[in-house]
Amino acid sequence: MRRLLLGAIIPVLLLGAWEISSRTGLLTLESLSRPSDILVAGYAALTDGSLLLATVQTCETALLGLMMAAVFGIVLGAVLGLLPTAERIAGPTIEALRPIPAIAFMPLALMVFGFGVGLEASIVAYACVWPILIVTIAAVRAIEGRLLEVAAVLELPVWKKMVKIVLPAAFARINVGLRVAAAISLVVAVTVEIVLNPRGLGYRLILAEQALEIGLMWAQLVWLCLLGYVLNLLLSRVGRGSAAIWRPL
Amino acid sequence: MRRLFDPIALASLVFAFSLLLAWQLFADAHLISPIFFPSPLHTLAVLEHRLADGSLWLPLAATSLRMTFGWLLASVIGIVLGAAIGSSRVARDLLDPILEFIRPLPASAVIPVAILFLGLSNAMSVAVIAFGAIWPVLLASVHGFSSVPPELANVSQVLGFGRADYLRKIAFPSALPDIVAGLRVSLAIALILAVVTEMQSSLPGLGWDIFSAQRLYRSADLYAGLVMLALLGFGANHMIMLLESRVLRWRNVRT
Repeated sequence: MRRLLLGAIIPVLLLGAWEISSRTGLLTLESLSRPSDILVAGYAALTDGSLLLATVQTCETALLGLMMAAVFGIVLGAVLGLLPTAERIAGPTIEALRPIPAIAFMPLALMVFGFGVGLEASIVAYACVWPILIVTIAAVRAIEGRLLEVAAVLELPVWKKMVKIVLPAAFARINVGLRVAAAISLVVAVTVEIVLNPRGLGYRLILAEQALEIGLMWAQLVWLCLLGYVLNLLLSRVGRGSAAIWRPL
Repeated sequence: MRRLFDPIALASLVFAFSLLLAWQLFADAHLISPIFFPSPLHTLAVLEHRLADGSLWLPLAATSLRMTFGWLLASVIGIVLGAAIGSSRVARDLLDPILEFIRPLPASAVIPVAILFLGLSNAMSVAVIAFGAIWPVLLASVHGFSSVPPELANVSQVLGFGRADYLRKIAFPSALPDIVAGLRVSLAIALILAVVTEMQSSLPGLGWDIFSAQRLYRSADLYAGLVMLALLGFGANHMIMLLESRVLRWRNVRT
């Protein structure tokens, strides 16, 4: 209770001072808008559906990119994790590609895909593949040797060994990489929209700024905060839940 | 050092070069579009030419400066805030909720706000970089300052240190390994945001260089810019690792 009260002090004071100073004319900065106007603009954008549509556009593209990264990262990571020699041979190439910011590939992706989902999802996928790949390699490497011996004794074909032994045993750790990647996917999707891609929340945000709809801009910023906050909360919940499923292993 | 010749290292080099060679052959045979994927040799020639005539050095310097200033700003604010939150319950209760709420916000989303206040300027870029790069160093220093070993805190009590002396002489050195680790992550984010703001706001730098190369369909220039960016990221990371081993030398001596 004490923490809740203390935590509310700064936001309440700031918002109050902001509202009062802009109403009394102390603060004449146009670009600050005021909390009540932001609420009104946010309510309007929520009820006419435009904000929700943009949210869906951003989230579905982020999810698509994340899924592409997950498939590619887990498959390649499992193979490299099982074959240490191959991993050491491919390692330097991977390490050379990894530090290039995904965003830097945006112009290239624009040439290849044009504006739209493909451009955005491919950038998200590039950004998300690294944590998944690295974690999967480590997770598969850490599987207990006896489990792999079981697979060898049963003479399981490669794909069965993957599905029945390797992936379940490594899943709890891979999950960590997926959660990191999920947080990255939203950030990258919004960034691509802000810089380049004319769709989704990021684009609407920059559009509101350029049209000087300041209240709407702030409202969308707050909305993005909420979205990120909920995503993080969700990810930590899901993480705990799904890790528990595999713990018996 | 055990062997002069490591077959795996050689194989990894051969692997990387054979990828490039395949690319080169495909491009020469026009199996992949040279507009999207110019041959590596072509890119190398452009890179060499632009390094020689100096037209790549300026963007490189601009991006490095932007990244460094934004990162330094983030570091100072992050360490100070982190020290406050990490060493005082009241500061933590006051600041934690609002910071936790802002933290998930994609840093690039503050670009519109920053443009409103600062215009399409270097100050805008530095502010956005600082906003995005502050989180790793802030979280790391909160952790570092809040997990000072109790024996060390006792020592400062016995010596009769005041709060400032405790923070400066005991807590800060104890938190330093955490802080440096956070600084490293922050630097990587700073580079990304430098590129993002350059692309968004047409500020001169590697990000803008790559962007305009695409607009002119000069894809070899685009790849040359990418290579420079990768080198910059690699070099920055290396610098901070060097700094890490310098600053934390006392630690290695003891263990």
